[in-house]
Amino acid sequence: MKPSRLSNCGNWVLDRFPVTKFWNEHMAHYYAPKNFNFWYFFGSLALLVLVNQIITGILLTMNYKPDAKLAFDSIEYIMRDVPWGWLVRYMHSTGASAFFIVIYLHMFRGIMYGSFKHPRELIWIFGMLLFVALMAEAFMGYLLPWGQMSYWGAQVIISLFSAIPIIGDDLSLWIRGDYVIADATLNRFFAFHVIAVPLVLVMLVFMHIVALHEVGSNNPDGIEIKESKDPWGHPVDGIPFHPYYTVKDIVGVAVFLLFFATVIFYMPEMGGYFLEHANFIPADPMKTPEHIAPVWYFTPFYSVLRAIPDKFAGVIAMGGSIVVLFLLPWLDRCPVKSIRYRGGIFKKALFLFVVSFLALGYLGTQPVTPIATILARLFTTIYFGFFLLMPIYTRWEKTKPVPKSLTKAHSLEEQLHAIEEQLPALIKEITELKPVTTEIGHPAFKSSFFNRRPNPDGIRNVATRLAKKLIESLD
Amino acid sequence: MKKLIIILLLTLSFGAYANEEIELQSAKINNSDKDSIQRGAKHFVTYCLGCHSAKHIRYLRIAIDVNADPQKVLSDIAPEGASIYDQLHSAMNKHDAEKWFGTQPPDLSLVARSRGADWLYSYLKSYYVDTTKPLGVNNLIFKDTAMPNPLWQLQGEQHAEQRKTIYGEYTKLVINKPGTLTENEFDLFVNDLVNFLVYVGEPVQLERQRLGKYVIFFLLLFLVIAYLLKKEYWQDIH
Repeated sequence: MKPSRLSNCGNWVLDRFPVTKFWNEHMAHYYAPKNFNFWYFFGSLALLVLVNQIITGILLTMNYKPDAKLAFDSIEYIMRDVPWGWLVRYMHSTGASAFFIVIYLHMFRGIMYGSFKHPRELIWIFGMLLFVALMAEAFMGYLLPWGQMSYWGAQVIISLFSAIPIIGDDLSLWIRGDYVIADATLNRFFAFHVIAVPLVLVMLVFMHIVALHEVGSNNPDGIEIKESKDPWGHPVDGIPFHPYYTVKDIVGVAVFLLFFATVIFYMPEMGGYFLEHANFIPADPMKTPEHIAPVWYFTPFYSVLRAIPDKFAGVIAMGGSIVVLFLLPWLDRCPVKSIRYRGGIFKKALFLFVVSFLALGYLGTQPVTPIATILARLFTTIYFGFFLLMPIYTRWEKTKPVPKSLTKAHSLEEQLHAIEEQLPALIKEITELKPVTTEIGHPAFKSSFFNRRPNPDGIRNVATRLAKKLIESLD
Repeated sequence: MKKLIIILLLTLSFGAYANEEIELQSAKINNSDKDSIQRGAKHFVTYCLGCHSAKHIRYLRIAIDVNADPQKVLSDIAPEGASIYDQLHSAMNKHDAEKWFGTQPPDLSLVARSRGADWLYSYLKSYYVDTTKPLGVNNLIFKDTAMPNPLWQLQGEQHAEQRKTIYGEYTKLVINKPGTLTENEFDLFVNDLVNFLVYVGEPVQLERQRLGKYVIFFLLLFLVIAYLLKKEYWQDIH
């Protein structure tokens, strides 16, 4: 058959541009471990959210006005008069929070399965740079609606720079371009938010993925799959990313979008966490809000800042709480990667770290009280303890033997099946069957009706068994 | 001198938020109740628009959203001389407002989103006579508010009474001099007004809730297909 004109055109491009090579290297012939679990969805989801932010962001800039006099009203114009503007704006504002949720889970996965360890240190560093760039992007984007919380949040954070000795005041003046947050600040933040930082983000994402595909993905077992290869040179425990993980990630995307759409259409403010109530009041330099709280994704670090009595020391601690994350590959001395085969002490430390991170996040949204300050100091200590004591406690760790090849991942269906099998026995244990005593004395009604009532002893047994299992899993 | 102090006090009061923990009464917000929104719009134009604007909404948008004839909205709701394409602008200018109240009354387009419906509902119902204040009234929810009570003729005169119980002291508002509306009628009146303000805060909310159902239904369908596709591809991976 004669090749059609279209495929001729296609071949003309392929002869001159390495699309096929690129596709094979990163998709069709990129071998990924076959036992990825739930935690491995968040990398591709982060990419999805990034694309969402870029597309909705471009659409928003078409109607947004980066001018202190017009900014607030232009957002309301987008929300009311621009066709579908409300949807685009909610996708962008919800996307910002979704980005941090996805990234925090992605980072937690990395810590849990040791994805930051040799030979993936550079992937972790690129990832951390991405996280810092993302925080800058979110912080500057938050000023753009020019609401009260945008304004005063930025005021507080920029004034932190003035805590630096000698150059502090001049530095914060230079960043703001004015003595307070003003039109000049809004304009430069707009420039950074819309072009400078997104360029850095996209470049870093590219480097993050190139670095990952050079050394290969880690997995929940923390084994290098490249060490055992089949005669064709492919890892025995690996499967091509495309089509296996592309179809799997689409399932993850569907589940994510379900949550995402629920927030956009039914709770876009998320009870004042995604869009803060005070931000519906236009920025007013003459009125300080009674309670200034950053958006939820910054609150753990904000808590660290407030926990330290001295302002400059607080700034150092807040910066330090992010810097220690960069050092993670060199702080962890344990050769075993995955939490599955690591010692109890690491599991307990990680558990405490997660608790303190969440607690700091909560405290950051609340006004300062003496008790809250004490708690914030306690959790800040645990937060830093997790990282700074790591070289010591990971050396003592009693690890378990790491298997030679991947253990089988249990599919969702198998797990559901197992639960289904256990369920009748469980229900039997936590409830008891009692004959219904009817007021009708007729023998036909007697003991033919039964009623299931919760059984306190059974529930206690099940609860203690679960608790024991949980504690055992920490060893 | 006295005037200056009054202005100063009033300005201060706008900067301060009510701090006391007073339980808010809950408004019954239903944005699909078009009649209530229409009544609320009428109340807003009659009692609020003199000082407060709602510049982010147009009369035409209200007419479309409550399924009313634009001509009817213009004759029944809008003040005389307004065009259907006009936003709800106030007649009071900034200069006068600052002279009279010490500050410009805020635009109310988004007040339901910053304060919440329950707060607005409770606020409008919690005025009481306080002769020590320059305006002769005070508010239980927003202490020392600079806004006079625009609804006093409807509600009547309320007085604050200190009541003592075994749990402690609390303030109760009692109507001494009845207004032109009964208590139930007044509650409904305020509720309609707040309902309108909630609508103005986000006119698109009914539309997004309606659309959300279809989007989520589609995504559920998509999830099933995506899952079956994944299962098909993965059946030979062990």
